[in-house]
Amino acid sequence: MPEVRLFGGLRDAVDGAESVRVEGATIRELLQSLGREYPRIRERIGQGIAVSIDGVIYRDNWDQPIPEGAEVGLLLRIAGG
Amino acid sequence: MKGIAVSTTVNGDAVEFVCDARETLLDVLRNHLGLTGAKEGCGTGDCGACSVLLDGQLVCSCLVLGAEVEGREIETVEGMADGDRLHPLQKRFLEHAALQCGVCTPGFLVAAKALLERNSNPSESEIRYALAGNLCRCTGYDKIVHAVHAAAGDLRRQQKARKKRKAAG
Amino acid sequence: MANDSKFTNQKFKLVGTRVMRPDGVDKVTGRARYGADASAPGQLVGAILRSPHAHATIRKIDTQKAEKLKGVKAVITSADLPDFTGGEGELYNVLENCMARGRALYDGHAVAAVAAVDAETARRALKLIKVDYKVLPHVTDVDEAMKPGAPVVQPVVKTKDKKAGPTNVANVTTYGHGDVDAGFGKADIIIEKSYKTEQVHQGYIEPHACLASVGPDGHGELWVTTQGPFAYRNWCATLLGMEMSQLKVTSSEIGGGFGGKTHVWIEPIALALSRKANRPVKLVMSREEVFRASGPTSPTSIDVRLGATRDGRIVAADAAMRYGNGAFPGIWGEVGAMAAWACYDIENVRSVGYEVLLNRPKVAAYRAPSAPMAAFAVESTVTLMAEALGMDPVEFRLKNAAREGTRASYGPTYGPIGIVPTLEAVKKHPHMRARLGKNQGRGVACGFWFNFGGQTCADLIIDVDGTVGLSVGTVDVGGARASLSLIAAEELGIPYEEVRCNIADTASLGHNDMTDGSRGTFSSGMATIFAARDAIEQLRVRAAKAWGIDVKNVSWKDGKAIAKGKRKSLTLKEIAEASPNTGGPISGHSQVVADGAGVSFASHICDVEVDPETGGTKVVRYTVVQDAGKAVHPDYVEGQFQGGAAQGIGWALNEEYVYGKDGRLQNPGFLDYRIPVCSDLPFIDTQILEIPNPNHPYGIRGVGETSIVPPLAAIANAVSDAAGVRMTHVPMSPPRVLAAIKASRAEKAPTG
Repeated sequence: MPEVRLFGGLRDAVDGAESVRVEGATIRELLQSLGREYPRIRERIGQGIAVSIDGVIYRDNWDQPIPEGAEVGLLLRIAGG
Repeated sequence: MKGIAVSTTVNGDAVEFVCDARETLLDVLRNHLGLTGAKEGCGTGDCGACSVLLDGQLVCSCLVLGAEVEGREIETVEGMADGDRLHPLQKRFLEHAALQCGVCTPGFLVAAKALLERNSNPSESEIRYALAGNLCRCTGYDKIVHAVHAAAGDLRRQQKARKKRKAAG
Repeated sequence: MANDSKFTNQKFKLVGTRVMRPDGVDKVTGRARYGADASAPGQLVGAILRSPHAHATIRKIDTQKAEKLKGVKAVITSADLPDFTGGEGELYNVLENCMARGRALYDGHAVAAVAAVDAETARRALKLIKVDYKVLPHVTDVDEAMKPGAPVVQPVVKTKDKKAGPTNVANVTTYGHGDVDAGFGKADIIIEKSYKTEQVHQGYIEPHACLASVGPDGHGELWVTTQGPFAYRNWCATLLGMEMSQLKVTSSEIGGGFGGKTHVWIEPIALALSRKANRPVKLVMSREEVFRASGPTSPTSIDVRLGATRDGRIVAADAAMRYGNGAFPGIWGEVGAMAAWACYDIENVRSVGYEVLLNRPKVAAYRAPSAPMAAFAVESTVTLMAEALGMDPVEFRLKNAAREGTRASYGPTYGPIGIVPTLEAVKKHPHMRARLGKNQGRGVACGFWFNFGGQTCADLIIDVDGTVGLSVGTVDVGGARASLSLIAAEELGIPYEEVRCNIADTASLGHNDMTDGSRGTFSSGMATIFAARDAIEQLRVRAAKAWGIDVKNVSWKDGKAIAKGKRKSLTLKEIAEASPNTGGPISGHSQVVADGAGVSFASHICDVEVDPETGGTKVVRYTVVQDAGKAVHPDYVEGQFQGGAAQGIGWALNEEYVYGKDGRLQNPGFLDYRIPVCSDLPFIDTQILEIPNPNHPYGIRGVGETSIVPPLAAIANAVSDAAGVRMTHVPMSPPRVLAAIKASRAEKAPTG
């Protein structure tokens, strides 16, 4: 069960916790689990978020597998210019 | 009929058009003559994207009225190549990657042409000041200056070769 | 595997060479067509009426006289733009920004629009529209907007963290880790400084322009200068209540974007006018309109606190970052907070981002949005700390630089990253040893940016004569067609000249995300590689058919199919020629969500000369060192480095939005909004580092944005060095430099 760290304003959606543990072998599964456990995060996910796996940021690829023991983080979805 | 009838020469061709008194030469080139090489970047003579030569002199076509060019000679970027042979400036701009988005390029080519016609061996500083009326937001001007410098060399060599051929009879 | 995005560390034959770009001849002969270069039969000219007030309620708009004017074919206000956003806040803000809905929120906010038979009639029609405004108090300064009692820009906005009434602080977000108070407790030296950066615009030379045509059947076409035709299509279709497939968007050549053309401004208006008039409408922004009403970047006010121990280690870092968002809330402060300390390995770090609403245009993305201002504040303070510690500024940065395994200040742990290599390269660079003359100073700074991938697809079509058409969906902002053609040619093993790259319209290719986030070459490059490999699969099958052997005995090398163990080969040309009878047309396709773009770093060195009598600064030498992963076309990678640096130089020394007490923009033109000209700059040296990105087959990293991040600080450090006084307000225009020099002399002067 990956430990998911939350950064910035996203912590509000999980009652201020710095990290939570949820099931998920892929990004999609992880986000679905998060949505079930913490309903307030669903709106944030809908607005757009990114997921980091071992330092690499994934914005769209929800099929991306989460390796065992990987460091997982939930981040704001940023755009460039 | 309203409007002013004008007869002029553009890139060596005789051209006639009718324009409103308030229309600029830039408007006329783009909207009446279909020559969209000159661009409107600002409309106030500050960016040089509309640069053309008027009787050999570099002007911002957004600051010239269409009606003013009666009987005069206009050169635009569309007239720089000789058929399918690019002008050395055009060639060198491509070789030196002196353009990124390319929207300022027609203005720069015309301004650089004007420079090299009066100064065949400009220094870096002379190139930079001659082109200070043309804004570029993409390149930082570095490769543009290199390209103009290289083209100056090409034109000097061409001129030398021409003189030699003439002398040879 | 065909779609494997892992770096393959192959040797290249073509990638990395300096070839002629395929769109080059069109651009040097005036043939290339930009947004305003297209026309349609029967077209009308569009024009927009804009608010002259920074903040006002719109009580009434009377368009009757304008509608009756001969030659006017359509007049619209927000009454003609029903809300189809379905409650989506972001999109509603876009709608309201494109045309005011009962209130004008900044000088230049669109209030009404007309379409007429010519420009002169359109202008006269605008003059006939009567708008009844109730002028309200306005606020345009970031710090003023946060004070209690400041005019409130958006009454429904409340800071999420506070239970109080409406404010101009739309959001506050915090990033970091550790315990900054404890950290500062351990510091031997603490430096606290406040910084301000003024608002600047992307400054693309080509104004926004489009040609919109909506027919009586509701189908529409839009020719437009944009960084993202698919995004524009999606937004415009939604705002107009059209289905996306009913609207075809074709991108023209783009005359600069830098993020400013990743948002819609006039396009929904042009489509609405066309629909109402039932004729094509050409709508082009004037330069004044571009400044007043298309997104500039944020003005900022930033406080930095930095603590270090005598051995040169940073033990605590804290930043409060107030970013102006313009009239509508965004995430600019948050992104600034994320980027602020990203270059460093700090145990106790915090950055707090504030989104501040102002009666200014809606802020838009500008090349590495929010990062340059953050870097200005942080890198200036880092150099101050190095000075206080008596350490070399590059050594101090190296000692504290983030590395693989560092916990980034914005959260995740870094994998392999390039900041140390760029700093090492700076250390060794001859620029650092050049002698400085009188009144000259030197500054160094680092910068960071995220880079992105995104939804991408590509079609690689093999024509019957064996030449290749590559269709991509990412707009080419500065030479990418050459790079993508190189990649296709490399994969297929054919000459570069036999590949032609086109930018597809929205009806011809699946969705592609915009060309932003430094993703163009990275993402479309990846899609091109996969599409080429897909095509090669098919070419092998055709060759196997021709030879009557199993396809697994056919390999592909140097543009040829080779039969295993035999001396038989077929060139791509031969296979293509035979294709009508071996199964028909051959093309490769790929659809990929390119991710793993990887963060990138740059370090810059700058020498300036400051005239102590005029406060004028001349940049005498500039060097950019940045990691590109793999430079597909080195000329254009250098070009990105130089262009970003030049924009940063303008931002650091001259560019700023000047608002009057009346809340109106005073300098909406290139004369008084002074971007660098040719004579302002020296040659800009570049050093491309190539540390392969492990998540791209060729190791490519995004390059377009990072180079604008260090210059504000590099120049501030250089000017401060030259002038002998620390500069904290950007742009460091001559009056500001003079004032700082005078103030510092007054401080140092003996009293009594």
